Amino acid sequence: MQLTGAQALIKSLEMQGVEVIFGLPGGAILPVYDPILDSSIRHVLVRHEQGAGHAAEGYAHVTGRPGVAMVTSGPGATNIVTPLADAMMDSIPMVVITGQVATTAIGTDAFQECPITGVTLDITKHNWLVTDAQDLPRVVAEAFYVATTGRPGPVLIDVPKDVSNAQMDWYWPSSIDELDLPGYHPQTKGDPVRVRRAAELVLEARRPVIYAGGGILKARAAEALRVLAERCGIPVVTTLMARGAFPDSHPLCLGMPGMHGNYTAVTAMQRSDLLIALGSRFDDRVTGKVSAFAPDARVIHVDIDPAEIGKVRRPDVGIAGDCKEVIEELIVALDGLGLGTVGSPPAPGSAAAARPDLAPWLAQVRAWQEQFPLAYDRSGEGALKPQFVVETLRDLTPDDTIVASGVGQHQMWASQYWRFDHPYTWVNSGGAGTMGFAVPAAIGAKVGRPDKMVWAIDGDGCFQMTAQELVTASAERIPVKVAILNNAYLGMVRQWQELFYAERYSEVYLSPDLPDYVKWAEAMGCVGLKVESHEEVAPAIEKANAIDDRPVVIDFRTDAFEKVYPMVPAGSSNDDIIVGPTEGEGGR
Amino acid sequence: MAAERHHIVTALVENKSGVLARVAGLFSRRGYNIYSLAVAPTDNVRFSRITIVVDVESAPLEQIVGQLDKLINVVSITELAPQAAVERELLLATLQAQPEARAQVMQLVSVFEGKIVDIGREQITVMLAGPPSKIDDFEDLIRPIGIVELQRTGRVALPKLERQAARLHSIDGGTDDRGDHDPMSDEAG
Repeated sequence: MQLTGAQALIKSLEMQGVEVIFGLPGGAILPVYDPILDSSIRHVLVRHEQGAGHAAEGYAHVTGRPGVAMVTSGPGATNIVTPLADAMMDSIPMVVITGQVATTAIGTDAFQECPITGVTLDITKHNWLVTDAQDLPRVVAEAFYVATTGRPGPVLIDVPKDVSNAQMDWYWPSSIDELDLPGYHPQTKGDPVRVRRAAELVLEARRPVIYAGGGILKARAAEALRVLAERCGIPVVTTLMARGAFPDSHPLCLGMPGMHGNYTAVTAMQRSDLLIALGSRFDDRVTGKVSAFAPDARVIHVDIDPAEIGKVRRPDVGIAGDCKEVIEELIVALDGLGLGTVGSPPAPGSAAAARPDLAPWLAQVRAWQEQFPLAYDRSGEGALKPQFVVETLRDLTPDDTIVASGVGQHQMWASQYWRFDHPYTWVNSGGAGTMGFAVPAAIGAKVGRPDKMVWAIDGDGCFQMTAQELVTASAERIPVKVAILNNAYLGMVRQWQELFYAERYSEVYLSPDLPDYVKWAEAMGCVGLKVESHEEVAPAIEKANAIDDRPVVIDFRTDAFEKVYPMVPAGSSNDDIIVGPTEGEGGR
Repeated sequence: MAAERHHIVTALVENKSGVLARVAGLFSRRGYNIYSLAVAPTDNVRFSRITIVVDVESAPLEQIVGQLDKLINVVSITELAPQAAVERELLLATLQAQPEARAQVMQLVSVFEGKIVDIGREQITVMLAGPPSKIDDFEDLIRPIGIVELQRTGRVALPKLERQAARLHSIDGGTDDRGDHDPMSDEAG
C-alpha cells in the first residue's frame, strides 16, 4: 500500500493506540494535518505550543500512556522546548512531532527553520530527524518504545515537509526486533544477590524509612509499595513526584520530605539508620546539604536508571531495575528470611525473628507528628489563608480528584494540605519547576481522565503565563476548574526576598486585580468567580463543582504575607528545618 | 599527566549523524572533562568507535560510563585502565629546520623511530606514532628546535592481551565499584 509520509505518520500513531494529539499546525507540518481529518485520533487545538506540550504531559501523568504533541517547525518547535525539558526532568513519557523545512532546505536558514534535534539533544531521551519517508513507521515505533520503557522520558521526531509529502510503502514493525535500536536494552530485573542483601539490611534496621519517589508511579508500583511497607511496618515518605504513590491517610505515611516537607518526614529521614530509596533520586530539594543528609543511614537505592545509583549518595546496596519488579523480588527475599505476613510472627530462628523491634522508632515518629503538625492560622479571621482554600477544596471534592499545580508557594501548599490517597491524582512540575504548568496540564489530565474531576491549583503569576489555554478548554469542552491562589505576588520569590534579602522586594509585585481574573475568565468562555473571605470559599467551590459544561476559574484573594513552612533554607542541612514563623519575624 | 587521573573509555556507537554531538553534549552538560577524543569507523560500517580519555577527577568514572550508556546510540562501552591497555597516538609536527639543523632533527626522528614526511626549504614535517608517553617525550625534545605547528590525534586503545582477556568490563546496568566522592555541590536556589 502506497501512502504519503504524512499518512504513514498518522497511521503509525493510530497503530500505537494514540487517542489524542495536542497540537497547533503551521507551514512545515501542513501535510501531516491533512490526514488528521480522516483519522480516529482526536486533535486538541491549543493556543500556544507550550500548552500542547504541558497538556501532553498532564495526559501522560494521569493515564500512564505517552502524551503526544504535534507542532510546526522553527518557533513552533522552540515553543515546545520548555515542556520537553520539563518532561525530561520528571521522566514523563511524551512524543513530540515537529515539522521541519524540506531536506533540500535544511542548513540554508530557510523560513521557520530551526535545528530542533540539536536544540533538544540534551532535553530529550532521544530524538530523530527523519530523512526518508520509508523510515517513518519504524521511527514512530522506536520513539514510543524509547519514551515508555526503561526510565520514561520525552522523545522528538522531526519530519521535514518533503518527507511528509513523499510516497512510501506502508508496513508496521511487528516486534521490537524490527526496530533499529542496537544500543537500547533497558534492564528491569534486579540482581538477586543485591536484592537478598537489601532484604538483610531491612531486617537489621532499627530506624528504617522508605523514601518513595516518582519511579514508584512510573513503574505502577503503588500496590507493591503498600505491601512492602505494611509487611515490614516501615514508614514511608512520598516526594513531591510521588504524592499519591502511598496513601496520605495510611498510618505509615509521613507525607512529603524536603525543603518544604513536614517536620516528621524530614526528621525521620535525618535520624534514620536505613533509607530505602525506591525510584527517588536524592534531589537537592529533598536532601538539603548532601554531606549532612541522613548521616547515620545506610542506603538501599533502587532505580530503573543505573546512572542514578551513586550519582548523589553512594548506596550500601544499589539495585538497577524496575521498582515494581524489584519490590516484588524484595518481598520474596524477605519471605525467604522468615518475615511473616501482616499480623503473623516471623519464622522461628529466622533472620526476621532476630529483627529489632521498630516500636520505639514508630513511637518517636508519632511523637514528632503530634508535636510538629503542619500549621497555619486557622482562626478564620483576617486575610484569607491559602492553606484554608486548599483544605476546603480538598474536603469538598471527591477524594480521587486530580489536582494539577503550577510552581511556587501554591504548589507547596497544594502538596502539603491535599490528602493524596490515590496514585495518579497529582500532576505537577517537580524537577524543572515550570511556572504556567497547571492550566494546560489540567486540560491534558481531563482529556485523559474525563471521568474524574480535575482542579488546577494555580498561582496568579503562573496563571498569567499560560491562561490562554482556557480558550482551548472552552472551545473543546474540557471542563477543568482553576483555583487561583491570588496573593498579588510572585509569592515564593517574595518569600525568599523577605527571609534572605532583608525584605528588599525586587520585581515581585503583580497586583491583585490587574488583570481582572473574573472578566478574563469570562472572556475565555469560562465561568469566573471571585472570593475574598473565608466564608465565601465553600459556596464558591460548590458552585464550581456543579458546573460541568465549561471551565471555571475562581480568583481567591489570599493573604500576600503568608509563607510556606516548614522550610529548609537552600544549602542548609535538613537538621536546620524552620518549622514556622518566629516571633517578630519581618513582613508580618 | 598523572596516569590515575585519566581513564580510557571506548564506546561503540551507531554510525548515524549527530552521534558525536550527543556524546560531546553529554560531556559538556554534565561537566565531565575530555582529555582527548578519537573517532573512527570500525570494520562494521554500521558502527564507529569513539575513544575518549576522560579526566576522572571531574566525575567518577562509573557516573561517566553510566550516563554515556544512557545515550540510545551508544551500543557498548569498554573501560580501560591505562595499565591494562595498549595505547597509541600519532603526532605530526612541522619544525623550523634550516639546512644546518636538519641533521639534528633527523637524528632525533630516527632514535624515536619516527618519519620525515615532508621537507621544505627551511622547515621539516615529522611524524611519530607510539604510546602517549613516548609522544610526550618526543614533543619535549623537539620543542627547543622550534615548532611551527603540531598536531596530535588523541589516543586509540585496545585491551592488553595478557594471559587471558585483559581487565575489561562491559558496563551494562551494573552498579559495582561506585566512585567514592562527595558528588554534588550543595548549591541550591
